[in-house]
Amino acid sequence: MSILSFLQWLQATPLSTGIRESTWWYPVIESVHVLSLCLFLGIALFWDLRLLALGLRRVPVSDLASRLMPWTFVGFIFMAASGVLLFVEEPVRFYGNIFFRVKLVALVLAGVNAWFFHYSGAGRSIIDWDTTARTPGGARLAGAVSLFLWAVIVVCGRFIAYNWFKPLV
Amino acid sequence: MDPNIFPRAWKPFFVWAEASGLGTMVRDSIWQFAAVEAVHLLALSVIGGAVLIVDLRLLGLALQRQSVSAVARDAAPWLLGSLITMLVTGWVLMASLAASKYYVNFAFQLKMLFLFLAIVYTYTIRRSFLKRDDSRIPPLMAKIVAVVSILLWSGVGIMGRGIGFY
Repeated sequence: MSILSFLQWLQATPLSTGIRESTWWYPVIESVHVLSLCLFLGIALFWDLRLLALGLRRVPVSDLASRLMPWTFVGFIFMAASGVLLFVEEPVRFYGNIFFRVKLVALVLAGVNAWFFHYSGAGRSIIDWDTTARTPGGARLAGAVSLFLWAVIVVCGRFIAYNWFKPLV
Repeated sequence: MDPNIFPRAWKPFFVWAEASGLGTMVRDSIWQFAAVEAVHLLALSVIGGAVLIVDLRLLGLALQRQSVSAVARDAAPWLLGSLITMLVTGWVLMASLAASKYYVNFAFQLKMLFLFLAIVYTYTIRRSFLKRDDSRIPPLMAKIVAVVSILLWSGVGIMGRGIGFY
């Protein structure tokens, strides 16, 4: 089964047609997606600013990790759940949209960047720079890459709505 | 007749904005509206974070080891910077179809109402609490201040998204 035929099947499911045909579901899901952007990305942004030594400089990094990161996790759950529903509403169109594809690639790269920071980069030695305002180069790099990728994700997400280019499928 | 909470006397202002050079330029371009909208959305995530990080602290849900005033002080420049970015980009978006779309769009009217209330509230009542020493903010009051802030700014966001659906 090809990706396209799977997505065509998905688009014919009652969930997909239900969202498409309802007056309210789409606006409600969209609003949840946009508001959870504030919770997820807004909080993640302050984490990145701390890594870049541009904000919350007096707050220990471990405090942010234990007290702030859970909120980005909550925000991400809402973001991802509403995002999946938006995709399910019109999977074939999304699949053929260049901005959607770029967004997905950037999402994966953002995940790799976060994983790399936590498990093999500067994140493993947090104890050494926990309370210092100045952060190690690896942490600053991870923060900058994260900010860039999330900006790409937001901009591409918004641009999915526009049909500037011929659909890829 | 669609509901409209804007006074009729404001109509000429919207007509002027739509006819302005800026409004015409954005309206006639296929990509400018989208580009400005993308910046508007990026600033939304910044303002969302700057508001929420302080409100979560007031609610006792994050960063309790930091004082309210210290968290607020760190967030303040990001709040002001993103708010100004939102207002400038929002003006450009609005000008493109000020009279023909936004003046008559009920979601936009409610958004402006929420925005007015949110800005006034943030820079008067909420700010007066954020300057206080933690011991001088009653816990229940802190929670009320945060919830009102989240509700007002959520109203702005929801109505903003609503403009496209109205």
